[in-house]
Amino acid sequence: MYRYDEFDHAFVKARVAEYADQVRRRLDGEITEDQFKPLRLMNGVYLQLHAYMLRIAIPYGTLSSRQMRKLAHVARTYDRGYGHFTTRQNIQFNWPALADTPKILEELAEVEMHAIQTSGNCIRNVTADHFAGAAADELADPRPYAEILRQWSTVHPEFSYLPRKFKIAVTGAEADRAAIQTHDIGLHLKTDESGRPGFAVWVGGGQGRTPILAKKIRDFLPEEHLLSYVTAILRVYNLHGRRDNKYKARIKILVHETGTEEFTRQVETEWAALKDGDLTLPKADTDAIAAYFAPPPLADRSEGVVAEIAAKQADPGFAAWLRRNVTAHRHPDYAVATISLKGIGEVPGDASASQMEAVAAIAEKFAFDEIRVSHEQNLVLPHVARADLKAVYDRLVEAELATANAGLVTDIIACPGLDYCALANARSIPVAQEIATRLESRQEEIGDLKIKISGCINACGHHHVGHIGILGVEKKGAELYQVTLGGSGAEDASIGEIIGRGFEPGRIAGAVETIIDTYLALRAGSGETFLAAYRRLGPAPFKEALYADDAKAA
Amino acid sequence: MKILTANRLSDGIAVWLRADHSWAAAIDEADVAADAACEEKLSHAGHAAFLKNEVVDVNLIDVDLVDGEIVPRRLRERIRAGGPTIAVRADAPDAPARRAA
Repeated sequence: MYRYDEFDHAFVKARVAEYADQVRRRLDGEITEDQFKPLRLMNGVYLQLHAYMLRIAIPYGTLSSRQMRKLAHVARTYDRGYGHFTTRQNIQFNWPALADTPKILEELAEVEMHAIQTSGNCIRNVTADHFAGAAADELADPRPYAEILRQWSTVHPEFSYLPRKFKIAVTGAEADRAAIQTHDIGLHLKTDESGRPGFAVWVGGGQGRTPILAKKIRDFLPEEHLLSYVTAILRVYNLHGRRDNKYKARIKILVHETGTEEFTRQVETEWAALKDGDLTLPKADTDAIAAYFAPPPLADRSEGVVAEIAAKQADPGFAAWLRRNVTAHRHPDYAVATISLKGIGEVPGDASASQMEAVAAIAEKFAFDEIRVSHEQNLVLPHVARADLKAVYDRLVEAELATANAGLVTDIIACPGLDYCALANARSIPVAQEIATRLESRQEEIGDLKIKISGCINACGHHHVGHIGILGVEKKGAELYQVTLGGSGAEDASIGEIIGRGFEPGRIAGAVETIIDTYLALRAGSGETFLAAYRRLGPAPFKEALYADDAKAA
Repeated sequence: MKILTANRLSDGIAVWLRADHSWAAAIDEADVAADAACEEKLSHAGHAAFLKNEVVDVNLIDVDLVDGEIVPRRLRERIRAGGPTIAVRADAPDAPARRAA
């Protein structure tokens, strides 16, 4: 993985010193809250319902064991013993004291981590496929490009005060695990007919109160033009993006209001002036960055297949975990293992300090020291020899991290919601917990189904692209949950449609169960997923099942 | 009826204003204003504490007295007062259920 050079170390250290001085001046009363608030936000420190919250960047979701151990240390020493992995591949701590935050950032800098650009109207943490560099279906590792974008965008003077925040995602596989169509810029790494690497460029996707899928504005951009082209997009946005209305300030609105064709023309015009200039990536530099992401030496471990079959027969729990949480690796003797942070009845995305340490130890011993954070709020061990899967599983069982539910109905994305978040209108976590508890016994029968829950219209829980999406709102002082169906954040992206009026907290889990029972009754065999069935059937049978009794009563 | 709430500057913990204008970490110690004049006194005290950099995000909130207990009207404020409504998987002794004093 990427290692800081001298410049990176000096930069992060200087930033910590600057922030420490800002906190000192605030606590001494030398600067006001109005002066201080933007400064703390630039360093990832928010004020939430109960306390401050510190959001730490995990670039493209990649962590080493050493970094994970440091996160556990921060959780235990400065927080309340746990952390929350987010849908942006970051981690948040819910209870840090402001006075401790400089020390936390100083400790994080020791392991090449920081909280810069995890807030504000700048280019945020660049996200990537969490199976990057490992998945069998991948063309090439997208992370070197994510790292190039990270270096280029860090305190970029021209793009530090954009109309609104800006999120870039990169994937290198046809199966889109990075949700590129819901990002401000989505980059799909591919090759042209001659085998040159480059990108399909998608612009103007986003969720929030106005969900819009990205538009593909270029089918192939050769890799050396990555920065000049992205700069051209950001220049057009920086110049024409709306600053008069926060809710219309994202690039998705600009692309929508300008029209894709005209927007593309403006980008291409801007790019014509930048192309082949200073921003052209020298091959040697791209290669040097790529070398940091070179895969670990994967020796043949063909004994894995035999060991796996024997263990599978002896332990049905392991067999279930293999079915759901293990994905094909490009090396047939290896596998990609998903560590579910969705224990039934637990808080989605939360991990205790000791669980973080357990994962760090497993990664060190069995997975070449690499851990990923997925936007689905799980952890991933990208390179595990199949022969070691049982040993990994056994250790995960000990750490209570072996829930075999990746991609199933209990693997729910949920934002922190009103249990923590100052913006939320309703709780998300208890809804996720109740749904998971009710459906656990049937989850394998139900099959692939993504439920995503947000506690407000800002959509951190990605409800618009849930196969079943749930949005919590406040109505007459109480929580109410709206349901959308048919969304997807993958390569077949779509925005879910609102199925009807909302449900009270006591009825939402039952409504989800009704939807699922309707699906099970109508699906064309167990091979037809919920999403496929919904796309075939449309909303009518689900509406009927949810609301027919009301209509009769009325 | 209203009470005054804020977050402490130094650690961000939610606090409520007592009758003696000190800040309590438990809502049941809050001073309840029953009329506009008392509300204004609370507001003044809160603003003074903000200017003295004791607290941030100062707000008057609506409450009811239910069997002698202060209960905020909005769920948001009830959760601020009681902590997260869910159990957390923490191994530190100071779990959110036992809120810091």
